[in-house]
Amino acid sequence: MLLSLRNVSKTYATPEGKIEVLKGIDFDLPAAQSVALTGESGSGKSTLLHLVAGLDQPDSGQILVAGRDIAGLGDRGRAAYRRSDVGLIFQQFNLIPSLDVAANISFHARLAGRQDTTWETQLIETLGLTSLMRRYPEQLSGGQQQRVAIARTLAARPALVLADEPTGNLDETTGDTVLGLMLSLTKSSGAALLMVTHSPRLALMLDGSVLLRSGRIA
Amino acid sequence: MYWAAATALLSHWRRHPVQLATLLLGLALATALWSGVQAINAEARASYGRAASVLDQNRLAQLVERDGDLISADRYALLRRDGWNVSPVIEGDVRFGRERIRLIGIDPLTMPPEGQSVETAEAQDLFDFLSPSGLLIVSPATAERLEGQTAMKLKISGQMPDGAAFADISIADRLLARNGGLSRLVVAPEQALDLGRLDQLAPGLTVRQAGDRPDVAQLTDSFHLNLTAFGFLAFAVGLFIVYAAIGLAFEQRRSTLRTLRALGLSLSAVTVTLMVEILVLALVAGLTGVVIGYGMASLLLPGVAATLRGLYGADVPGTLSLRPEWWATGLGMAIAGTMISSAQSLWRVRNMPLLATAQPRAWARASARSARFQLVAGLLLIAVALTLSFTGKGLAAGFGVLACLLLGAALLLPAILSGFLSIMQGRSSHPLAAWFWADTRQQLPGLSLALMALLLALAANVGVGTMVSSFRLTFVGWLDQRLAAELYVTARDEDEASRLRIWLMDRATTVLPIWNVEGEVLGETLQIYGVANDPTYRDHWPLLRGEKDVWDQIATGRGALVNEQLWRKKGVEIGDQLPLPGGWSVSIVGIYSDYGNPKGQVIIGIDKLAEHYPDVSRLRYGIRASPKAVPALKEQLTGEFRLPSENVVDQASLKQQSRGVFEQTFAVTGALNIFTLAVAGFAMFASLLTLSGIRLPQLAPVWSMGVTRRDLVAFEIARTLALWLATFIAALPVGLALAWVLLSIVNVEAFGWRLPMHVFPADWLQLGLVALAAAGLSILIPLRRLMAVGPSELLRTFANER
Repeated sequence: MLLSLRNVSKTYATPEGKIEVLKGIDFDLPAAQSVALTGESGSGKSTLLHLVAGLDQPDSGQILVAGRDIAGLGDRGRAAYRRSDVGLIFQQFNLIPSLDVAANISFHARLAGRQDTTWETQLIETLGLTSLMRRYPEQLSGGQQQRVAIARTLAARPALVLADEPTGNLDETTGDTVLGLMLSLTKSSGAALLMVTHSPRLALMLDGSVLLRSGRIA
Repeated sequence: MYWAAATALLSHWRRHPVQLATLLLGLALATALWSGVQAINAEARASYGRAASVLDQNRLAQLVERDGDLISADRYALLRRDGWNVSPVIEGDVRFGRERIRLIGIDPLTMPPEGQSVETAEAQDLFDFLSPSGLLIVSPATAERLEGQTAMKLKISGQMPDGAAFADISIADRLLARNGGLSRLVVAPEQALDLGRLDQLAPGLTVRQAGDRPDVAQLTDSFHLNLTAFGFLAFAVGLFIVYAAIGLAFEQRRSTLRTLRALGLSLSAVTVTLMVEILVLALVAGLTGVVIGYGMASLLLPGVAATLRGLYGADVPGTLSLRPEWWATGLGMAIAGTMISSAQSLWRVRNMPLLATAQPRAWARASARSARFQLVAGLLLIAVALTLSFTGKGLAAGFGVLACLLLGAALLLPAILSGFLSIMQGRSSHPLAAWFWADTRQQLPGLSLALMALLLALAANVGVGTMVSSFRLTFVGWLDQRLAAELYVTARDEDEASRLRIWLMDRATTVLPIWNVEGEVLGETLQIYGVANDPTYRDHWPLLRGEKDVWDQIATGRGALVNEQLWRKKGVEIGDQLPLPGGWSVSIVGIYSDYGNPKGQVIIGIDKLAEHYPDVSRLRYGIRASPKAVPALKEQLTGEFRLPSENVVDQASLKQQSRGVFEQTFAVTGALNIFTLAVAGFAMFASLLTLSGIRLPQLAPVWSMGVTRRDLVAFEIARTLALWLATFIAALPVGLALAWVLLSIVNVEAFGWRLPMHVFPADWLQLGLVALAAAGLSILIPLRRLMAVGPSELLRTFANER
């Protein structure tokens, strides 16, 4: 199993008091599989994704990635994990504004020390980015930016791709095109995909889906 | 309605107190430096005016000899007999013990009331004033200096400028050994109608009109212009802070403005509310700035007074009076500066579409067009500076070169830095290094104003520092040449001087008279010195140029030396005949450097001096002796002649004193340099603080890809240091060019002498370290902010929900 969550809990302190966002989550994701994480607003989808991404730490429980528990890692360990093992795609694209498209795409792969120019070229061509390589993020449309974000993530060949509403900022047609490309490329790269989405329609396009309700898997 | 709108807009400052503090402090500092400098200038100018009015009676017309000679008593008597209502004045420098003061002898009985600025109206005062033992009217400070130095009675007057004394004309005649020769005649406003023609009665006399500007005011113009330039530079640097802070505040409140408009507030109501807000801020900061400026001026004034005394011999009191004109100007500058800095933001608000969205980075993102405009304008200004430096003439041209050079360099800086960062990015193979340079380049528009301010401050430091250090090095070498005698002795009277000469014959290798008279040469009152025919002068005197047998010609009375100031100012050349007081002339055979002296000077052979000016004061001597014998000789002189220690000064002490005066002279420049650098450091801090508030969305993606927060903090430090270092390196050539302009153009015009330029890399290193420390300080709070950012805040960049 590529990803296993065991009894994972997370609480946030707010001015109104503590909010228990995740309550003992158990969940498995096999390698090269795609699973949609669905649920209502506030159900804990993004928090779960951030914990798996190593961007945040659970209060309790284990997060095993390829058998290694990342929940107990320190700041440096989690940074190394993010660099080498996972790829993140966000709703707001989160490209690096100071780098052009070409530098943005190769950035993560070079950071992870496994740049593969043939694979990169293939991604660029498939995602239709060839003519945009010298542009900067602010000069791209939303759909173009998300395609660059996908290329950046997959160019690093992570074992696990985590996507948080990747089409949330795009219109339906563009969103479907982008998602289709993302799914096919993830599959061809052999990575597993965990994608947060509100949309049952999009969830159906993946291998499986998990529903979160009030911090628990329904 | 207005109050509701103001409440909404002002709530921004409640949520951003540091931004508010930055804005107020930036404006207050800028105003403080400007009004402080103006306070100093106003005080000095008032002092010159007072001195001119009291000492020179410049509110009245005066008669003087056209060739600068003294007016004979016969001529005065002739004019009086003809009915001319004129009053005689004798003036000159006189030494009381170790104190040298300017003595003005007047005749209180004939002096018109307009010329009697100091009261001698009381019967007892007038009696004392006219008594043979004499009365000196002096300022409190001069009275303190003269204590124990003279047996004459002193009367203290608060109206008297420091360093001068009024005495009866007969006393002045005796003390200055004028034998009836008068310096000038003051012309009373009321005159008889049937006066004889002046050119027939007294040919050679000329009228100096009332209200002429005092000499010292003209002399010090360049110094005050320098101070004003410094003050304006600091003010401009401060306005950069205001511009950046107001620009950001407006952009951050764009959504609030949009909401207010959507809720029915008219565009003019929004604009008026914003303008009132800006005015209130300007008033608060301006008043604070004026108060700080007053404190700063009080601290600096003693230093400035020392500078003016050292450079020009101008006496300015060391205490400051509260003048309405400067605090009103300071407040006006603060308001005008704030309005100018806010004009662009206000204009944007007026033209903002109702549905425009907030763009927190838009204010900082310079468009490619404006960057190109800056580049072209910068290049043009540098070209103008180059052209002016080779073709321009006069002080105005010198300051023109300085202004064009500094402004041009500042405008070019963003383009140069951008090019440098681009090259570094291209050369970086590691992705983080490439990101680092690219990200730094992206921060450039937001930091460029602060960096330009920093460039100006650093260049001013390098430039002025190079000038002062070059001056110091030249001055020290020049002192070694000029102060060649081992001991300098001043007798208290002529009898003592005669005994000293005889006594020293067996004990010293050589005794060199240091005698001088004051007179008008080529329309300027200056000192004429006599030198003995001695190897001391032949071997040591700092000649800039001269004929081959210059010293032989001086010794035989055929030649004269003029100092560099006189040579440059009057355009005289070697070989020219120089008319000297007393109706004789001599050929110019050489030019010598005479640093620190604002006036012209002439040197002739000692025999000629004694021949043409038999009444010359013969009190001072330079004594050549074996250095080992100096301490014993000094002891003997103070023991046998009971000379005060101040009257027997050895070479080392004199050099130390001169260097002390020199250091004090430039202390004020150093202080202003530090203030300007501090304002620039604050500008950088303000910009970094502003940027730190919008950095998270730029840093979060890099963090999400596996770069630790600690590494991001290290990158932020490196970025600030890299920009400071690059700006510092860019400031070096600008500073050296500035030094060249100061030394080769401004100083020559302002002081009359030209100095060789030296470079001092150790000073740059020191300045670099100071700049580094300032960089460290400027990033401290923004960095603390970044370090305190938890993962949850970074996650907010990615998440819309949990």
